[in-house]
Amino acid sequence: VRFELTVNGERATLEAEPQELLLDVLRDGLGLTGAKRSCDVQVCGACTVLLDGEPVSACCTLAYEARGRDVTTIEGLAERPQFAAVEEAFVRHAGVQCGYCTPGMVLTIASLLESGELGGGEAEIRRALAGNICRCTGYRAILEAVQELTAA
Amino acid sequence: MTAEATVVERAGAVGQALPRVDAVEKLRGRAQFVGDLSVPGMLHGKVLRSGVAHGRIVALDTSAAESVPGVVSVLTGADLADMDPYYGHAIRDRPVVAIDRVRFAGEPIAAAAAVSEAAAEAAVRAIRVELEELPLAGTVEEALAPGAPELHQGPQRAGLFHGLGELPPRDGNVCYRYGLDRGEVEAVFAHADVVVEGEYRFPAVYQYAMETHSVIAEWRGDEVTLWASCQHPFLVRAEIAALFALPLSNVRIVVPYLGGGFGSKSYTKMEPITVALARKARRPVRVVNAVSDSMLTTRRHGLVARMRTAATREGRLLGRDVECWFDTGAYADNGPRVVATGGDAAPGPYRWEAVRVRADCVYTNTSPAGSYRAFGAAHLQWIGESQVDEIARRCGLDAVEVRRRNLLVPGEEVRPGGKPLDADLIGDVEKVAEAVGWGKPKEPRTGRGVSVGLLAAGAHPVSTATVRLEADGNVVVLVGTTEKGQGARTVMAQIAAEVLGLPLERIRVPGADTRFTPYDRSTGASRSTTLAGLAVQRAAQDLRDQLAEIAGGDPDPAEYPELVVKRFGFAGGELIGTGEVHPEGTGSYAEGPVFWEVCVAAAEIRLDPETGAIEVLRTATCADVGTAINPQLVERQDEGATLQGIGNGLFEELVFADGVLTNDTLLDYRVPTFEDVPGSMRCVIVENGDGPGPWGAKGCGEGALAAVPAALTNALADAGVPMRELPLSPERVWRRIQELDAPRGQEDE
Repeated sequence: VRFELTVNGERATLEAEPQELLLDVLRDGLGLTGAKRSCDVQVCGACTVLLDGEPVSACCTLAYEARGRDVTTIEGLAERPQFAAVEEAFVRHAGVQCGYCTPGMVLTIASLLESGELGGGEAEIRRALAGNICRCTGYRAILEAVQELTAA
Repeated sequence: MTAEATVVERAGAVGQALPRVDAVEKLRGRAQFVGDLSVPGMLHGKVLRSGVAHGRIVALDTSAAESVPGVVSVLTGADLADMDPYYGHAIRDRPVVAIDRVRFAGEPIAAAAAVSEAAAEAAVRAIRVELEELPLAGTVEEALAPGAPELHQGPQRAGLFHGLGELPPRDGNVCYRYGLDRGEVEAVFAHADVVVEGEYRFPAVYQYAMETHSVIAEWRGDEVTLWASCQHPFLVRAEIAALFALPLSNVRIVVPYLGGGFGSKSYTKMEPITVALARKARRPVRVVNAVSDSMLTTRRHGLVARMRTAATREGRLLGRDVECWFDTGAYADNGPRVVATGGDAAPGPYRWEAVRVRADCVYTNTSPAGSYRAFGAAHLQWIGESQVDEIARRCGLDAVEVRRRNLLVPGEEVRPGGKPLDADLIGDVEKVAEAVGWGKPKEPRTGRGVSVGLLAAGAHPVSTATVRLEADGNVVVLVGTTEKGQGARTVMAQIAAEVLGLPLERIRVPGADTRFTPYDRSTGASRSTTLAGLAVQRAAQDLRDQLAEIAGGDPDPAEYPELVVKRFGFAGGELIGTGEVHPEGTGSYAEGPVFWEVCVAAAEIRLDPETGAIEVLRTATCADVGTAINPQLVERQDEGATLQGIGNGLFEELVFADGVLTNDTLLDYRVPTFEDVPGSMRCVIVENGDGPGPWGAKGCGEGALAAVPAALTNALADAGVPMRELPLSPERVWRRIQELDAPRGQEDE
């Protein structure tokens, strides 16, 4: 099937099989490898991208579901002004280790910050981010970074 | 005792919590992993895995698969007739793909290379294989039973890097046996006031590096290049060279960023099958495992152990007797070293009159087990430490006090012929105990526990490094250590910056590439900062000495470009410093380890007796690192290991039924999330300057994973529920509570 969508602010026309996943189209078709494949079952969050601003697992989203919609990947988010504060907080708290979960984690956090869904409470932050697994950091550094961002 | 060693002149980079050099590219999604790379003409490879745990291949027909559109070639055991197809760094027991027989459910039987992943997948599905099931040894008990099917026949062949001295012949399904005897065990137990004993079980666990095993292989004539998600590129290079009968120089391994390792990418994994597939296809091939594939590629060993410990009624530890069996699965992988490290950890760091350890590495018809962070120590520490606590309870002693009376002190023998103790364990355990409120009143249904152990760390001490000063005064550090998230590139840059008096921005540390980066044995066993770091320090010092000679005195970093011009007569050329670390003795396992990694933690938990659920209120770990090159990275290592310790201790478990893995997705295999973070998680950094690395540093990052499950087990016992099987899942704890006649947890003291 052939359809249009917006990726990181630019209109794109895609030619994809009906069963093709958004993750594969982004990575292989468009060369946007920031979204990572890991669990394949919507548990780990490494493949997170924003669809009309909402975080989705691109490993379990058909490319066709994105037709006419607005997709933001980490490559696009990194160009936006609100990224700077998130980046700075992650760097200062060493919230990055291997970096494999990082793009998905940052996209989820950025969208929650933007929508104002994150209050300052730690329990709330933990619940909101439980769909993004990080096996390296033990989460503490990321929690500190997010608490700082919500307090700002 | 080591205080004077901490007074070290530092120029500024070492000891600072400098930002990671790779943070920005990782945050922006620019950091590349093997699965993000492609090479021109590259095909995609998929693997057909056995659904049967033990069987004979009766028929294998690939003709339908070969005619799937887009398929270039299909690899089977028949394609390996021109080579010795067995590999394994410890024991050369594993064929590149199954030959005539499968020994575990998940073993590669064939692989297909095609122009797309979908075509390769379709080809794999079109392969027709007929298997005749063979008698099964699905567990250690089954594998050791009289008349058990033997997984391997013929003489046992040592691999290139087993590193354990003379490898004894196989005994039935036991491929390696560790033994330690000191003193008269039976006599000590016969006269002891207190003896505690029990049988214990530790489950198989999945490392879950979020990036799965991924390899690209490209042949050009008689040279092969691999882009591989491997922690130990130089050891993989040697195994590929041996398998395909190539000179080492004709095998090139490039390692970009690794998406986590934790031991799962140590030694050789998916590289041989990918290289063989590319050889047959005559085109580059990329194989990227699904998580379900990687779960069958490697795992942590399950363990069955019997242990008894003897003490006086005053709580003086006398003797320990351990028999244990590690389930290494169908192929040895790193099993022998895991078992040896477990054997070393089994006594615990105490002053014994007698110790006996028997540890066996047992083949079973399950997926192969290898390295996972803190292996050996993670298996045995919780057992030994729960017995020390039981003795403390029986003697009416405080758990910290009994350790204070019995722990080894620096300089004492840990095991005969090995490295003496190089850490202040009593100080370490006192610090973590204090951090969880030891001795203060407890809430109802809560418990506190501590644990202390040692992990043989450093592996074989060989590392080399090159530091190049470019004509513009910038520096490139070439070192074969791989960056898997631990922060190696940052730490290496800090070490070079310190010696050369340069800011971090002037120093580049690219990834490992065996064609250009000098030899480093491996990235594991907490060795990078200590050994590769020492090589970098020496290389930078060598460069600095050259600069001093050119300058005729102490070189000024601002004048490095002029010094290059002074040497070469133009604004080109480069100065190259080299550094090497080699063993002071033979480097053998028996003479080791390079250092004893400290495994010390404390925990406080709350038990819900109605459900058996455990809430982790507080943890504290001790990073006894000699010198913290980057204290923030040290803390982050311990925090990551703590969460893995919570997973290993409380809920992670691979479940096999008749040898078949039943929970092979992240839906059924739960790893810790944000919601599992303890209320308080502290890392106490101890800097006694007592390590063999640069500025007295020694490695860290594994100890907490051995110590935290042990501290949790002891905390649960303190809350009234002693356990002899991990993980401490709610169901298991609840059942134990029923057995113990439903105690309602320990009341305030």
